[in-house]
Amino acid sequence: MLIDFNSEKPIYLQLAEAIEDNILKGIFEEETQIVSTTEISVKYKINPATAGKGVNVLVDEGILYKKRGLGMFVSAGAKEKILEKRRNSFYKEYVQSLLEEAAKLSISKEDIIKMIVGGNGIEDNSDKGSK
Amino acid sequence: MKTIQIKGVSKVYGHTKALDKVDITIESNRIYGLLGRNGAGKTTLLNLMTNRIFPTEGEILIDGETVFENDRVLGNIFYMTEKNLYPEDERVRNIYKWIKEFYPSFDVEYAKDLSERFGLDTKKKVKSLSTGYASIFKAVAALASNADIVLFDEPVLGLDANHRDMFYKELISNYSESPKTIIISTHLIEEVASVIEEAIIIKEGKLILKQSVEELLSGAYLVSGEASKVDKYIQGRKCIGIDAIGSFKSATVLEAVNNKDEALAEELELEFGKAELQKLFISLTN
Repeated sequence: MLIDFNSEKPIYLQLAEAIEDNILKGIFEEETQIVSTTEISVKYKINPATAGKGVNVLVDEGILYKKRGLGMFVSAGAKEKILEKRRNSFYKEYVQSLLEEAAKLSISKEDIIKMIVGGNGIEDNSDKGSK
Repeated sequence: MKTIQIKGVSKVYGHTKALDKVDITIESNRIYGLLGRNGAGKTTLLNLMTNRIFPTEGEILIDGETVFENDRVLGNIFYMTEKNLYPEDERVRNIYKWIKEFYPSFDVEYAKDLSERFGLDTKKKVKSLSTGYASIFKAVAALASNADIVLFDEPVLGLDANHRDMFYKELISNYSESPKTIIISTHLIEEVASVIEEAIIIKEGKLILKQSVEELLSGAYLVSGEASKVDKYIQGRKCIGIDAIGSFKSATVLEAVNNKDEALAEELELEFGKAELQKLFISLTN
């Protein structure tokens, strides 16, 4: 698990996102135990209250759950929940900024579509994806 | 025995007011950072909390009981002082035994184990320890004290990067295992920024801020980019720590992270980043 503490987001949110990333990548599998908050705090030298707050965000969203006396587990269906959440924010976080940047560079929507389909430059259609 | 109340405390030395009507409530089982410039009164405050010196006015209570000449209360506070106050000619391992006499909950085995992990030779006499190892020795004693309240005055003084890393990790692991009230007085602000839950900042003997680090950092952000564009962005905004290198400029804006003007930054091709506790500290204590 890698956390870039240089983001302006609060540490607990960065931690929550890093755990989500690991679930998406299958490093933390559903119905298995994840590292304890203590291990997280020690490894990243973050206050245990901060680590706990990050983990609790995911507990509240039903992505993680606590097993008494055992620790923190990934919920069944957690991956799907994260995917849904991220898909919902995909337009705002990626598509919108892509369109804004393209507008600055005078790249038309048609050209963007061509790039996506062709996977490369505007003129270059030699990729296997295009016919 | 974990909550500390500092009520209207002043300490006057001759004509100098080292502390001026300080009111602070330290909640139990949290890690605090006590920050302040040289001579701000940090050590005076720690000395007062442990009854080594007495306040000119005001009082200090631990769970409602005064610390003044109160051995029962003081037996629950362990204070890692910046200066060495242990007998110079004594060997480290003997001092561990000696501490056990005063702090019955002191864990000698843990102290020995930690010493080994830090590479501290416990057969050595205190006077033969280097600055770094003298700090390690005192920090180990504090970590192993098992006291309800542990105060650290410059715990990492002279420690190399590896040992500092080990110290913070051990501190967190120790705290997670047996929660206690911890106060760390230090000048290495960025290093403790994520370790501490709350920052207490004192300046010229006065308390100027006591706030959670997270709250403090969410009230400021960094903006950077081409100098004239940064100037445009920060116009009319309260800023600190403006740095320029050539035509590149960065500034810390004192405004809630949520209120940043993303559209304007986009237009000006500026980038946002995280505010540093150290920069906030510098501007608050200047």
